[in-house]
Amino acid sequence: MNDFALVSKNLWRKPVRTILLIISITIAFLILSLMLSFNSSLSNVNTLPTRMVTLSKINFTESLPIAHYDRIARTEGVRAATHMNWFGGYYQDPARGFLPVFAVDPETYFQVYAEDLGIPAAERDAFFRERTAMLVAAPVAERWGWRVGQRIPINSNIFTNGTTGSSTWEFTLVGTIPTPPGSSQSGSVLIHYDYFNETITFGRDRIGWVPFLTTSAEMNDSVANAIDQRFANSQDETSTQDEATFNESFAAQLGNIGLVITLVVSAAFIAILLIVGTTMALAVRERTREVGVMKTLGFSSGRVLRMVLAESLLLSFLGAAVGLGLAALILTVLASSGGGGGPAISFAPIVIAWAALIALALGLVTGLPPALQAYRMRIVDAFARR
Amino acid sequence: MTDLIRLSDVEKSYVRGKEKIVIFDKLTMRIEAGDFVAIMGPSGSGKTTLLNLLGGTDRPDKGAIEFDDKHIEKLSEGQLTAWRSVNVGFIFQFYNLMPILTAAQNVELPLLLTKLSPKKRRENVATALQIVGLEDRAKHRPREMSGGQQQRVAIARAIVSDPKLLLCDEPTGDLDRTTADEILSTLQTLNRELGKTIIMVTHDAEAAKFAKRVLHLDKGRFDERELAA
Ligand SMILES: Nc1ncnc2c1ncn2[C@@H]1O[C@H](COP(=O)(O)OP(=O)(O)O)[C@@H](O)[C@H]1O
Ligand SMILES: [Mg+2]
Repeated sequence: MNDFALVSKNLWRKPVRTILLIISITIAFLILSLMLSFNSSLSNVNTLPTRMVTLSKINFTESLPIAHYDRIARTEGVRAATHMNWFGGYYQDPARGFLPVFAVDPETYFQVYAEDLGIPAAERDAFFRERTAMLVAAPVAERWGWRVGQRIPINSNIFTNGTTGSSTWEFTLVGTIPTPPGSSQSGSVLIHYDYFNETITFGRDRIGWVPFLTTSAEMNDSVANAIDQRFANSQDETSTQDEATFNESFAAQLGNIGLVITLVVSAAFIAILLIVGTTMALAVRERTREVGVMKTLGFSSGRVLRMVLAESLLLSFLGAAVGLGLAALILTVLASSGGGGGPAISFAPIVIAWAALIALALGLVTGLPPALQAYRMRIVDAFARR
Repeated sequence: MTDLIRLSDVEKSYVRGKEKIVIFDKLTMRIEAGDFVAIMGPSGSGKTTLLNLLGGTDRPDKGAIEFDDKHIEKLSEGQLTAWRSVNVGFIFQFYNLMPILTAAQNVELPLLLTKLSPKKRRENVATALQIVGLEDRAKHRPREMSGGQQQRVAIARAIVSDPKLLLCDEPTGDLDRTTADEILSTLQTLNRELGKTIIMVTHDAEAAKFAKRVLHLDKGRFDERELAA
């Protein structure tokens, strides 16, 4: 036997109580790890320092006239430019998740995002050639069970297909894009802008935003100024940002959701803090006499304090470990079933560091009051019959 | 015989509310090494308080307490705690065993404070349980044992680190006559054969007969003739 054995025997003295406590701590850590994983997956997209984006000054859902694209592409310091539209897609059943379908200009898109589009030349050329071609991130094809060569109906929840009068377009899958972690193409579904533009019933000749490359990162500010100046006081004013800033502001839009999640997680932890704190205090008070015996036998006050703290830390780390394990399991299962769209959410290692830190804080905050009480307890008082 | 314990002009009082309750006023006494003393006296006469002072679980307000010629009233809190673990074994009326530990683990508890190897610890625990005749109950938890058995475990725990002094506060107060007599015989054996100095508080005149001498305490004062004898 040693002190640790004693600590863990004390923890399991009332197994039902301990298990209930661990379950509640587990839930809080599960929510925390899922949220952190979600967050870090979103903000973990690789960026190029020379890649910039021009979009409507109003907000990123507002479109721009196609004429803007030519002017931006011809601006001094712009090496290559492309344009993208949000299609608002889903496959068969919107309840099974949205698809981030982008209508793009294929050849310029491959110039601007070259580093993430290392696919076989045959697939690339097929995508350039066929008007109804579609290129998707490999995990997307895998999730929906799509094969290259297959014709796939995609619905839009924004646009109507003028040729059929329905919201469905048919595309031919011509290839898949491998998406290692951080790839800008995670979740992407790419279709031709021309095909899209000619078949929609409204919003023709407008584009969503214009990604482009500058000749060097030093040029970024002057290029951004030149572009935004060019369209100042026009019908469609623009805002030009480098890619990292753009991603951040995109994440900030989701940030409102993030704030809500943060509040939920905080509330969960405050509740846990109160529950575990009062239970630990009660548990140690029940043991007043035993603490007196330990001290009588010659256990120092400091050692008793450490043992109570160790008990609450053990409890808190057990809950954290189970919560993290569950989160990792859930994310693995989700990943193998493909998830909805957008960047794949994977278990972020940073979660372990955060969880350890929070478990430490939880253990200390809940353990310190009873530990101090045990530390200060005088032997004669512990045995006093009240 | 040499003195194991000397109390000189010990004063002790408690404050309850605005009232100051004097328990001992200039108490002076000595106890020889190897003695077995029974202390009797009415409730509230200060018997438990005296044991607390002798065992270093409480401190005198004034006066000196020497143990083996060492002034324990001058020790710091930490020193006193360490001193206690080496020199004193405690036996209580309600056994005070840890419910979550087996008999052997309860006996092992004081040895966590020593540097003994796990093997040596197991040997000492086995010896202590053997002395109290409970080697076959090593794996039982307190609630699986009778009161008499629990008190035996408590005695084993008190002697496992081989202290010179055993302090017993009403050790048979909760036991029937036969069981009480068994426990008292065990204490007598510890005194006679292992040379433990024992100070036992008791209400029970029969129990006191197992001791070498009896001291009567009343309102914080011992009978002077008994003390001088
Ligand atoms: N911690 C304490 N605080 C206040 N009064 C106490 C305390 N301990 C004991 N007393 C009082 O001191 C007196 C002696 O108590 P005690 O030594 O327990 O007597 P005994 O063991 O002989 O019954 C009693 O009046 C008791 O109420
Ligand atoms: Mg008493």
